[in-house]
Amino acid sequence: MIEAGVHPLAASTTRRSDERIDTVRRRWHFRHPLVIRAAHWINLACLAVLLMSGLQIFNAHPALYWGSASTFDAPLLAITNDETAEGAARGIVRVGDHAIDTTGWLGLSTAQGQSTGRAFPAWITLPANQDLATGRRWHFLFAWAFVINGLIYLIYGIESGQLRRRIVPRRDEVRHLGASIREHLTLTFPKGDEAKRYNVLQTLTYLVVIVLLLPMMLLTGLAMSPGFNAVLPLPTLFGGRQSARTIHFIVTNLLVLFTLVHVALVLVSGAWNNMRGMVTGWFVIETTRTSDPGKTFDPGTIR
Amino acid sequence: MRRGFDRRGILTGAAGLLGSALLGGCDRIAGSDWGRRTLTLGEDANLFVQRLLLTPTSLAHEFNEGDISPWFKPNGTIDPPDEGYKALAQAGFADFRLRIDGLVEQPQELSLADLRALPSRTQITRHDCVEGWSAIGKWTGVPLGEVLTRARLKPNARYVVFHCADTMEMAGGGLEGGDVAEIEAGDGAPNGRPIRYYESIDLTDAFHPQTILAYDMNGKPLPVSNGAPLRLRVERQLGYKHAKYVMRIEVADGLSGIGDGQGGYWEDRGYEWYAGI
Repeated sequence: MIEAGVHPLAASTTRRSDERIDTVRRRWHFRHPLVIRAAHWINLACLAVLLMSGLQIFNAHPALYWGSASTFDAPLLAITNDETAEGAARGIVRVGDHAIDTTGWLGLSTAQGQSTGRAFPAWITLPANQDLATGRRWHFLFAWAFVINGLIYLIYGIESGQLRRRIVPRRDEVRHLGASIREHLTLTFPKGDEAKRYNVLQTLTYLVVIVLLLPMMLLTGLAMSPGFNAVLPLPTLFGGRQSARTIHFIVTNLLVLFTLVHVALVLVSGAWNNMRGMVTGWFVIETTRTSDPGKTFDPGTIR
Repeated sequence: MRRGFDRRGILTGAAGLLGSALLGGCDRIAGSDWGRRTLTLGEDANLFVQRLLLTPTSLAHEFNEGDISPWFKPNGTIDPPDEGYKALAQAGFADFRLRIDGLVEQPQELSLADLRALPSRTQITRHDCVEGWSAIGKWTGVPLGEVLTRARLKPNARYVVFHCADTMEMAGGGLEGGDVAEIEAGDGAPNGRPIRYYESIDLTDAFHPQTILAYDMNGKPLPVSNGAPLRLRVERQLGYKHAKYVMRIEVADGLSGIGDGQGGYWEDRGYEWYAGI
C-alpha cells in the first residue's frame, strides 16, 4: 500500500517482479458548493423543529382519519391510553381494529417523573409540555424557513445544473438499478471516478425526497388551512382535509425513515469524508490501482 | 491529518450546540420576550400572505347534504354554567335579545324572531378545529353584514367583537376546564370575576358573504352544546373564531380594550388572532 503523497516511483524501485502493488491515490474533489451545503444544514434544522412541533400539534388530537371530516368512532389510527383489566394504565396505538401496547413510548409516557397520558412523549415534542399554541408558532416560523430555504436550493440547483446532476439519473444508470441495489445491500461503495457522482439509487432517492415528499409536506400542510382552502381547493387533491392531515403524517414518517437510512449510509460509507464534504465541500476520492505482476511498473498509468 | 482534527473539533462543537439548542434551549427561547416576538414572525407572514391571496369574496368550500357529519362534535363550553344563560335556555330563549352597540349609529336589540325575519343564508361547510379534527354541518343564519348595515357603522369602526354567555374561568382562579360550577349572574362572585368567552374579527371577514350569525344547525334550532341560541360562522378561519352563545356584538376601533388585548379568549392565551391556518 502506498499512501497518498508518496510518489509511486519510490515503491517501484524496490519491488520484485512477482509482487503486486496496490497504489491508493487520494484526490481532493470539490463536491458540494456553499449554497448546497448551507441549504442542507438549514433544512436539517427546519425539519427537526417541524417534526418536533408537528408531534406537539398532533398530540392535541392524536387520531387520523380519511375524507373531509373526522369519523370519530372509526379513526384510521389513534394513539391513546386506557386501563387493563387489572386497572393498570397503559398506552396504546390503535390501527383499525388492532391495539398495540406502547406504554412508555406512545399514549402513556413519563414526563418530569410523572406518568402522563399523551400521544408522543415529552422528550420529542416542542415544547416539551402540552402547549398547542406555542407548538403552532414554532411550526409556522420554521415552515417559512423551510420554504424559503427550499426555494433558494431549487433556484440555485436548477440554474447551476447541480440539481440535474444530483437527482436526475442517466439512462444507462437506470439499467444498473439492480446492481446498485445489490451494492447498497452489501454495503460496497463505489471508488474512484464512480464515487464522484451519486449512484442511481441515490439520485432516485433524492429525486423522490426533493420532488415528491418535501413538496407534498408543504401542499398537505396548506391543504389543512381553511383560509388557503378558499384560495385553492387543495383538500380535493388529497381526498379531503382529514386525508391531507393523514398524508402529512405518513410523509413525515417516510422522511424520518429516509433520514435514518441516509445517516446510516453516511456513517458506513466513510463518515468523516462525507461530513467534511457537506461541511467544507471537499470530498476525497480514492483510486486504487493494482500493478500486474511481471510487467514493468509504469507510474504514468496511474491517473 | 492535523487540519482534519481541528475540523473534527469544530464539527463536534457545532453538533453539540445544535443538540442542546434542540433539547433544552427551545423552551427557554419560547419563554423569553425576544423569542416570543421572533416566533410570531411566522404568524405575521401567514396573515400577510392570506390577506394578499384571499379576496374579500373568495368562498370556503360548500358541501352537499350527504357530506354532513352524523355528529357535530361540540367543543369548548358545551353547557354554560352561568345562571343568566340557564334562565334564558329554560324559557327557550324567548327573552333573548342580541345587542349590537359600540361604534354604530343605531344600536340594536334583536330577538330570535327578529333575527329569523331578516334575510338568511344556508351553507354546508367544514368546521376545522385548531386541534386538528373536522366536522361538516349545515348552518342557517343571518349574514352578519346584514345586521351591521342596519346598525350603521361609524367611520372609525374597524373590528367586530363578540361577547358570549359562557364563563370560561374566574379571574384569579377557579373553574377549571369542564368543572361546571354555579355562577351568579353579574360580577362580584366570591371567587372572582367571571371571564366569559369573547372573540373578534375585522370588517373584511364581518362582511364576507359566508359570515353569518347561525340560529339553525342541520335544519334544527342550534342545540345548547353547539352554541344556542346564536353562534358566529366565519368559514375561512379555525373553530375557536366561531364564537358560541353570542349575546352582544360590539363594534370597536381597536382590540386593546378587549380582554388582555389580543382580540379573543384563546388569542389572549397564545393562539393566533387571524386563524386561517
